[in-house]
Amino acid sequence: MLDLVVAYNRYRFLGDEFLTWLWYTIENDPSVLKSADPDCQSLEVGNRIVFENRKTKSVERITIKGDEAGLEEGRLALRKGALVSEIALIFKTGEYIWQFSLKGESLNVSNLKTPGPSLPQSPEQMDDFILEKTGQVDKILQFLEKIFSSFIRSRVSSKWMSKIAPSIKKWIVSIEAS
Amino acid sequence: MGILSSAVSITRYRVEGKIEGPVIETVLKGLKKNAIPEIDEEAESKAAGWTSFENPFHPNFDGSSFVFGNLFVFALRIDRKSIPAKLLKKHLTVETSKRLAKTGRRFLSKDEKQALKDKVVNDLAIRIPSTPNVYDLIWNYEASSLWFYSNLRSANEEIETLFRRSFNLGLLRLFPYTAADTTAGLSDAERDVLIGLSPTHFSD
Repeated sequence: MLDLVVAYNRYRFLGDEFLTWLWYTIENDPSVLKSADPDCQSLEVGNRIVFENRKTKSVERITIKGDEAGLEEGRLALRKGALVSEIALIFKTGEYIWQFSLKGESLNVSNLKTPGPSLPQSPEQMDDFILEKTGQVDKILQFLEKIFSSFIRSRVSSKWMSKIAPSIKKWIVSIEAS
Repeated sequence: MGILSSAVSITRYRVEGKIEGPVIETVLKGLKKNAIPEIDEEAESKAAGWTSFENPFHPNFDGSSFVFGNLFVFALRIDRKSIPAKLLKKHLTVETSKRLAKTGRRFLSKDEKQALKDKVVNDLAIRIPSTPNVYDLIWNYEASSLWFYSNLRSANEEIETLFRRSFNLGLLRLFPYTAADTTAGLSDAERDVLIGLSPTHFSD
């Protein structure tokens, strides 16, 4: 294992590539999401997405937020070489909804809202609450681990340069044309 | 934001190593030994230690109160005292005037000024109460995973140090490289590819 500080900085681009790939996957190949969790009915981009362009001398950052916000500026940022550095996501199963944000460089999860359970009304209910709440958090973290693993296995395969990266480039260009 | 909050932030860790001997007793011992000390009415400006999830201001780990099913649930508490700059300046000015009047001199030396400042900071720290910050955690011992309910860098650095000191186990923070290396199920050959990766350029 590499020195952790070096590894954090040296490979932070993997997190941003992951989130960019995830947005591409949501729009173009949602079956990959289903393979990470068969209960996943949909994964949607939420009300906040941050782009960072590290190709320039100083880091350019664009934040798009708001329930009605369009993603046109974000798409323009992708064309200029930016990647998604943070994204709000909505995970839906048949009955339930989870909302959370995911940061590329750290893979930290923030603002995670689970579909339940209700707060315990007495100390006796705490055990059940903890176990149920943990199960709901675990569902999202397991999903993220699997979807990230899926990305990494693609990223280290020869298919990345021959097929996947060109498809993402094509998607970015098609955004320009649409 | 903790386990009971409606929205939570989580940093994921892999726990490295296993406890030798009885697990619950060893964890209990580590928690008690490194429980948060009270620094109110003490000169210390900062303290960090373990506390109970259900009763963070009166840490008590007896009766396996930190065990929920197959999970260990407790919290890191960091207490800090913050002396407002203007308050420090006021007390320092008053004490300096007193010292000058007492000695009949017009100036204090650099060393005397520093010593006086240290004394004033010390005196104020004893009188000022600390502000506690509590960060919950859930440790699944069997799965060697730990969720820490904060993304704050300072809190994460504190738990990494305190966890090792308490249980003699390492915490590996899961960020892109470490997650890829430890959780993606890569072969040795794929790990070699991982190390050599460089950024993809999606635009021309």
